[in-house]
Amino acid sequence: MKAALAAASEALDLDRLEVRDLNRRLQGAETGAAFEVLNPLGRHSLAVGLRRPVEVTLRGHVGYYCAGMNDGGRIAVAGNAGTGLAENMMSGLVRVTGDASQSAGASGHGGLLVIEGNAAARCGISLKGLDIVVGGSVGHNSAFMAQAGTLTICGDAEAGLGDSLYETRIYLRGQAGELGADCVEKEMRPEHLAQLTDLLARAGIAADPADFRRYGSARELYRFRVSNLGAY
Amino acid sequence: MSHDRSPPAHLRPSALFDAATIHEIQRAAREGLYKIRGFGAKRALPHFDDLVFLGASVSRYPLEGYRERCGTDVILGERHASKPLHLQIPITIAGMSFGSLSANAKEALGRGASAVGTSTTTGDGGMTAEERGHSNLLVYQLLPSRYGMNPEDLRKADAIEVVIGQGAKPGGGGMLLGQKISDRVADMRSLPHDVDQRSACRHPDWTGPDDLEIKIQELREITGWEKPVYVKVGATRTYYDTLLAVKAGADVVVVDGMQGGTGATQECFIEHVGIPTLPAVRLAAEALRELGLHRGAVKLIVSGGIRNGADVAKAVALGADAVSIGTAALIALGDNRPELAEDYAKLGTAPGYYDDWHLGNDPAGITTQDPDLERRLDPVAGGERLANYLRVLTLEAQTLARACGKSHLHNLEPEDLAALTVEAAAMAKVPLAGTDWIPGQGY
Repeated sequence: MKAALAAASEALDLDRLEVRDLNRRLQGAETGAAFEVLNPLGRHSLAVGLRRPVEVTLRGHVGYYCAGMNDGGRIAVAGNAGTGLAENMMSGLVRVTGDASQSAGASGHGGLLVIEGNAAARCGISLKGLDIVVGGSVGHNSAFMAQAGTLTICGDAEAGLGDSLYETRIYLRGQAGELGADCVEKEMRPEHLAQLTDLLARAGIAADPADFRRYGSARELYRFRVSNLGAY
Repeated sequence: MSHDRSPPAHLRPSALFDAATIHEIQRAAREGLYKIRGFGAKRALPHFDDLVFLGASVSRYPLEGYRERCGTDVILGERHASKPLHLQIPITIAGMSFGSLSANAKEALGRGASAVGTSTTTGDGGMTAEERGHSNLLVYQLLPSRYGMNPEDLRKADAIEVVIGQGAKPGGGGMLLGQKISDRVADMRSLPHDVDQRSACRHPDWTGPDDLEIKIQELREITGWEKPVYVKVGATRTYYDTLLAVKAGADVVVVDGMQGGTGATQECFIEHVGIPTLPAVRLAAEALRELGLHRGAVKLIVSGGIRNGADVAKAVALGADAVSIGTAALIALGDNRPELAEDYAKLGTAPGYYDDWHLGNDPAGITTQDPDLERRLDPVAGGERLANYLRVLTLEAQTLARACGKSHLHNLEPEDLAALTVEAAAMAKVPLAGTDWIPGQGY
């Protein structure tokens, strides 16, 4: 991404611009435009609602909902990200070089979210098709009620992983705390290894797919039956 | 031969263990699962019927009942939105999902509401082309499940409603049982095709009022600060919820009392959680008055058991700027009508009692995803019935307002009301009829 940005990126300095001005500029940019956002200083709702493949690099830490509902943008955060990073993302690429706070990628529908550091609780909650790759570990209740897409964790996962999971696939290299309800370890078949290899390659993370285990839904709780009551 | 099955007069029924209670205990013992149903609270609760208007007399001057103008319009979103909604009547259609309702029902709601210049609301499942196409003014709900949530539909909406709770189940999430999850519904919600869908009860990416303020900012940034943002809560701690919703930046606070209906939830939730609409209106209006915003930049919409123009007028007099209807709108479309008695009998119920909206076998074609049943609802005719009903509500409310000497519904005030019961007087904080006594405010 750095190489692409080096071509002709326009600098937008949040010491001089309001968040509204920044988003208006980014949302209205033509396909292929590139921007470098300076001095984000933890401000919220930066680079939200992008609708075209524009390149945006935020130089510093960002607050809540950075890249929210991104649909096509290629957004990089050179720093840490606050709550709700890339929430409800539809397509495109979001990459954070540092750590992400809770609910990263929440309810995301598509595209790729890469967190090179760790992600806090509820990473990938209510996931609906987005692929998330975390270089480090994730907090509790990650992939809670996740419906589609993938969550790849190169480190460990705290308790409640995949609780009430639907069809999201979870790939985990490290250790899992107590698994959430209806989340089970599953066989890593060739198609899963192929998918994981592709995810890691696209995320630019060097890890051996053979070191990962796969988790998914036991599908025992899909229908609400008396026999399920003990699961909650 | 007599077929009278009434019990002999000497048998004394229990008020505590009445027939419905005994039946439910027997059902629970048989099935081992709580009762799920649609509709709203069925037990008697303090409501607007416990209030009356003090029409004009010697001390007040009425408007001529049929000719003098009595305004009904309301503008929503003046606080922060560059494109506020201007409704012609203060009665909106509450959020009801495609999935819970058929596509024809959603279309009929849109047609009916648009005919009289008011809005409809999406629901837990996203926006369908049918409802966007037939609703001139459409409010798009942002719910905890985020089913079908996407930024393109967000931009197509005329307003955004952040749903925190609803009156039928404050603190609970949505529910859509497998028999109603058609392929289209499942695809819109990114769900497997054979699940009992139970939605989350809290949002995935914010947890409190300070977060909500930032969330609302994000929604405004994505939509260019054009659209009014509503915050909807089930009526519980209404005074504080209203204050916090305003603090978080809401243009409109929507308060849904415990009589509010639902497509499906546990009966114990419907009947036992939340407070009635009557005190909720007063509490929310009180909070807005304290902030100096009542009848100002922030508007109050109230729902939960609105049935007629008197309910509308009383809610407005207590402080609402508009009301929402759900159950009543479905009845206007054709739910529970006597012509379907035979179909209802086959389901073990009868017109006026049908509440199995969760089962998907609605003979009226409203709360179903069965294509054959859905065809029973003509969306054009249904829309006309709804428009007629909305006109009647408006005419009735205007009649009452004129009798109180008001040239706009929003000029109604608590001073125009008296309470028939001590409970209603206490909850609404209007005097018990024939006295100047409001419980809790001395003698």
